[in-house]
Amino acid sequence: MTRDIYITEVALRDGSHAISHQYTVEQVRKVAKALNDAGVPYIEISHGDGLAGSSLQYGLSRTNEMELIEAAVTVADRSKIAVLLLPGIGTVKELKEAAKLGAKMARIATHVTEADVALQHIHAAKDLGMETVGFLMMAHMAPIEKLVEQAKLMESYGADTVYVVDSAGYLLPDQVAERIRALKQSIGVNVGFHGHNNLSLAMANTLAAIKEGATRIDGSVRCLGAGAGNTQTEVLVAVLDRMGIKTGVDLYKMMDLAEDIIAPILQTPQEITRDSLTLGYAGVYSSFALHAKRAAAKFGIDSRDILIELGKRKVVGGQEDMIVDVAAEIAKSKAISI
Amino acid sequence: MDLAKVKVAILGSGNIGTDLMMKLGRSDVLELTSVIGIDPESEGLKRARELGYTAIDTGIEGFLERPELADIVFDATSAKAHIRHAKLLKKAGKKVIDMTPAARGPFVVPAVNMGTNLDADNINLITCGGQATIPMVHAVNRVSPVEYAEIVATISSRSAGPGTRANIDEFTETTSRGIVEIGGAKKGKAIIILNPAEPPILMRNTVYALVEEGTMDEAKIVESIKQMEKNVQSYVPGYRLRTDPIIDGNKITIFLEVEGAGDYLPKYSGNLDIMTAAGVKVAEEFAKNQLAKQLV
Repeated sequence: MTRDIYITEVALRDGSHAISHQYTVEQVRKVAKALNDAGVPYIEISHGDGLAGSSLQYGLSRTNEMELIEAAVTVADRSKIAVLLLPGIGTVKELKEAAKLGAKMARIATHVTEADVALQHIHAAKDLGMETVGFLMMAHMAPIEKLVEQAKLMESYGADTVYVVDSAGYLLPDQVAERIRALKQSIGVNVGFHGHNNLSLAMANTLAAIKEGATRIDGSVRCLGAGAGNTQTEVLVAVLDRMGIKTGVDLYKMMDLAEDIIAPILQTPQEITRDSLTLGYAGVYSSFALHAKRAAAKFGIDSRDILIELGKRKVVGGQEDMIVDVAAEIAKSKAISI
Repeated sequence: MDLAKVKVAILGSGNIGTDLMMKLGRSDVLELTSVIGIDPESEGLKRARELGYTAIDTGIEGFLERPELADIVFDATSAKAHIRHAKLLKKAGKKVIDMTPAARGPFVVPAVNMGTNLDADNINLITCGGQATIPMVHAVNRVSPVEYAEIVATISSRSAGPGTRANIDEFTETTSRGIVEIGGAKKGKAIIILNPAEPPILMRNTVYALVEEGTMDEAKIVESIKQMEKNVQSYVPGYRLRTDPIIDGNKITIFLEVEGAGDYLPKYSGNLDIMTAAGVKVAEEFAKNQLAKQLV
């Protein structure tokens, strides 16, 4: 099959945030089978924060992610199973376990300025015979020269693809375009884009990325991802088809999956709520939304105040412990001012 | 007459070695005699000479020619080098405080298990995250059994050296082991995050502990945590609770911050300061024990 764009479906990984990491084996089997049958080339599965992300910090998984990976592998005869790993959370040990179960792609994610912590994991993934992706998160937080420097590091470690990851859903289409353009000019490997829809720009940003030469794109069916979710896969397939860009994905099958299998899994529909809009507006990591909502309820404050303060403090992905800390501080200062 | 002191040497003239040099200058029971490096032009060795210490620039072999210079040696080189150093120093009958992640000797957190390791000839300090959080896991566990403890250490990007970065799995794995073996939790997990914000942030640590169902004693646990804070502060002055612990059912969340002493390393690098401070504390306990034996 010829494809111009290779889609990685992230609903079973990024989408895990939206349902507080409650996936069951049965749900994953159904979704993975449908994605496979629709012709999606890569399906990512892990805890929302990557392998070994199940924790008090990020939320405990209902099902061991290795069981979920195994379930997906057994139903996917065409699609490749991908896993995400954030160095500092997951280790080579979990990567090996996932590879043994049949995962074929390793996406190693670091903050946009910290690519060098990925060296060990990219090398390990290569040794395991996996395809590798360097995933530069919170790409809005570094100047373009820095992004380029870090992408070159990822490439030098052996990444087959380097992604610009708009974890906060903060970037505007022109900002995505200039980032992708800079990478296309400076690295030789594939360039990818992962968006979040917090400012309703995931689709526009994805198209901007594709126009500048990105060929690896993340989507989540029915927007099932952190914050307001990612670029909606079934919509992206339709739009790209109109543009004459081949994804190799069956549109009707994706629509049916979204409607018949994913919609019932969602406890609440994926919308741009005031919290997710605040994420995109303040430049905060998308998975903070649900944690901030809980902390706001606990301390009787506005979750937007927490998110805006986190943005000011330049908190990076993974610092969920800062949410309660900041919430407690805001509640305290409010109590004093009353 | 001056009170007797035990002689010590620092192997490694980098940032950690230089910070140790500053701290050792203040000790009542330790006498720093020498700093050992491999580059005569290194900043660390230059500074050692300026401060009047013997600067050896021929590595461990140079020190072994003059073993009378120290009874206790800090190894602030690298995990790989330490494996060789450990053997040579053991043969020479020296006590070794291993600042690297080599983990040849028993794990020690001074506030928790120093007493049981006074006879060990090689001590390992686990990790910075371990030194900061294991005391708190222990503080909870000594009141109510900890079923599971999880720690999150956030450090400024500037304070994470190339060794830590190239081997970040070592941090999570070694710290998790320490949480169980020294902290006393039945299960442990560690997470490390690098934050590049400028100006650099202080080291922050969050400890989550789940205690056995029905054993939560809020008042006693909080009291134990506060005592432990003081205990660690006795050798790491910049170690403190950021807020009161938060208790929710059988879960305790503890927020910590470590500000460095600013001896040689900048104050934001509390993660490095807590390691050098713990190293000095271990050496002082060794020394007191040795001096007490001499008196008998």
